[in-house]
Amino acid sequence: MDTKYLYKRNNVWWVKLAVPSALRSELGFDLRKTTGESDIEKAIVCREKIIAELKKKFDPEFNEKLSSNEEFLNKVTYLDYASTTPVDSRVVEKMKDCLTIDGAFGNSGSRSHSYGWKAEELIEESRLNVSKLVNCDPREIIFTSGATESDNLAIKGAAYFYKNKGKHIVTSKIEHKAVLDTCRQLEKDGFEVTYLETDEFGNITPEQVSDAIREDTTIVSLMHLNNEIGVINDIEKIGDITREKGVLFHVDAAQSAGKIPIDLNNSKVDLMSFSAHKIYGPKGIGALFIRRKPRVRLEALFHGGGQERGIRAGTLPTHQIVGMGEAFRIAHEELDKDYKKINSLKNRLYDGLKDMEEIYVNGDLEKGYPGIFNLSFNYVEGESLIMAIKNIAVSSGSACTSASLEPSYVLRALGRPDELAHSSIRFSFGRFTNEKEIDFTINLVKKSVEQLREISPLWEMYLDGVDISKIQWAS
Amino acid sequence: MAYSSKVVDKFEKTLKDPKGASVGRWKPGDKDFHRVGTGIVGAPACGDVMKLQIKCENIEGINKIVDAKFKTYGCGSAIASSGELIDMLKGKTIEEAQNISNQEIVDILELPAIKIHCSVLAEEAIHKAIDDFKSRRNND
Repeated sequence: MDTKYLYKRNNVWWVKLAVPSALRSELGFDLRKTTGESDIEKAIVCREKIIAELKKKFDPEFNEKLSSNEEFLNKVTYLDYASTTPVDSRVVEKMKDCLTIDGAFGNSGSRSHSYGWKAEELIEESRLNVSKLVNCDPREIIFTSGATESDNLAIKGAAYFYKNKGKHIVTSKIEHKAVLDTCRQLEKDGFEVTYLETDEFGNITPEQVSDAIREDTTIVSLMHLNNEIGVINDIEKIGDITREKGVLFHVDAAQSAGKIPIDLNNSKVDLMSFSAHKIYGPKGIGALFIRRKPRVRLEALFHGGGQERGIRAGTLPTHQIVGMGEAFRIAHEELDKDYKKINSLKNRLYDGLKDMEEIYVNGDLEKGYPGIFNLSFNYVEGESLIMAIKNIAVSSGSACTSASLEPSYVLRALGRPDELAHSSIRFSFGRFTNEKEIDFTINLVKKSVEQLREISPLWEMYLDGVDISKIQWAS
Repeated sequence: MAYSSKVVDKFEKTLKDPKGASVGRWKPGDKDFHRVGTGIVGAPACGDVMKLQIKCENIEGINKIVDAKFKTYGCGSAIASSGELIDMLKGKTIEEAQNISNQEIVDILELPAIKIHCSVLAEEAIHKAIDDFKSRRNND
C-alpha cells in the first residue's frame, strides 16, 4: 500500500508535506494536516486533496500574503489586552480638561469656590457613568486606586469589620493575586481561608460554594471573569446562596466590567471591584461597589480627610476619575459592538490554529469570554515561543520569567500537567485589534511553533511514539 | 525580561538555520552510532530538556569530539546555551570537554542570575554525554 506523505498519530492519519527549502524560513520544515480518517484506505482517498490544499501555501499568492505581513514585522502587534489596554482617545480628551489652569483642576473637597464645585460636578457625573454600566446606585460606588486596592478594601474591610461574627473566608485557587495575597495576609492575622478547587475548565459550581460556607464564614470572594483563561463564574447563582446563608459576596470584576453585562440591581453581589485600565481607561484608578441595601459595612484601610464617606480618604484625582467615567460610559454604549467584534476575532484565530497538532485550549472554549484565549502548544516551551513571535505582544501562562520558574498557578489548578502549563500562551484582544493582525498572528505562530518543535527533543520523542510521561526524568 | 543581544542572536540563528546550528540527532542504526555519546538532562515539568550528542573519533589514542548535535526544549536562554556549548565542544578532547564550566557560557551569553540554571543544564548535558560515550566504549 502506498502510504507516501501519510503518517499515523493518535489513531488518525495525517498528511505531511516537506516544504521547499526556499520557503522554509517562512513556512517551517513541513506542513501537516489531518485527514480525519483512521482507516488507511479512506485516508489515501483524501490525500491528494489535502496535498493540493497544503501546496497552495507554496503559491505566489500565499507568499504575497506573507510579504504583506512585512508591515507587521516592523512593529509589535499588541495582543495582551487582558494585562492592560491602551486608553481610548475619547477618554484622553476628557482627562485633559481636568489638569491645567483653564480646566477643572480644582480639589473636589473645596466647598468655597467654583474650582472645587466644577471638579465635584465632573466626579459625580463620572460616578454616575460607572454606576450605569453595572446598574447600581451611584452612591454605591467609591473610587480607589485600582482593582487591587478595591480587592484589599473589600476583603480586609469586611473581614475586620465582621470579625466578631467569624473569621472564615471562602475564595478559589484561580483568583487574581490581589485576592490571594490579601487572603494570605489575613491568614497571618488568624483568619481561616478555604480555597475552592475548579474543574478542568476553571468552573466553580454554586454547590461547591454552598458546601464551603460555615457558621463562622463572613465573606466569599470570587472573580467574575478569569484573567488567564477567560472562564466566567455564575455570580447570580452564587449570590443567591451567599445571601440565603447570610454571608457577604465580593466579586472581582476587573476583567469583566465593560466586556460582559453586569446587573447589580438584579443580583445579590455585595461588593464588586473595578479597574479602569482594563477597559480603555487610565491606570491608577478603580472603584469598589458597596451595596446599600442590605447595607454592607467595611473597616477603612486609609484614614485622612474623610473623602468617599470616610471609607477611602485621599484627595480625589479628578482627571483619573473622569477618565474612568468616560471609559465606562463608552463601554456601556459599545459593549455589544465590542463583544461581537472580539468574538469574531477569536473565532478567526481559533480557526486558523485549530488544525495544528498537539494544541490544547485552556479554559472553556464555548462558555468563556472570547477576548482571552489561552492555548498550550505541547512540546514547545512558552517563553521560547514568545521570544520567537517577538512581533506579537502576548503573555506566557508560564511565569518562567520570574525567579520561581513555576508554571502558571491557574493552569496547575485546572489540573493541567506542568509541561502543558509551561507551553501556554495567552492571546487577549480588544477594541483596537483587527483581522489583519489576527492573520499575521496565525502565520507567525504556526511557523514559530514548527521551528521550535524542530529543535525540541520532546517533539522528536513524540514523533517516535515515546510516552514522555513514562520516562524517569532526572530533575 | 530583557535578554542580552547575545542570547537573542544565538536563539534566532538557531531557529532560522537549525542544521547550521547543529540541531539534529544521531539515532540507533546510523553509521558510526557506536561512536556517539548521548546526554539528556532536565525534565518537561521543569520547563527545560536538553539532549546533547557528541561523536568522537580516536585520533592517536586520544578521543576527540569531531561533531556534536543537540535538541532543546526550554526558554530562549536554554536554547542559546545549548548552541553555545556545541560551538565550544567541537574539536576538543573528551578531557577538555569535561572541564568546560557553565560560567564560560554565562560569560559569553551574558546570562542574568535567574537564567544561570540554563548553563548548568548544558554543563550537566556534556558530562552525561561523555559518561554515556565512555560506558559504550567499555562495553565494546
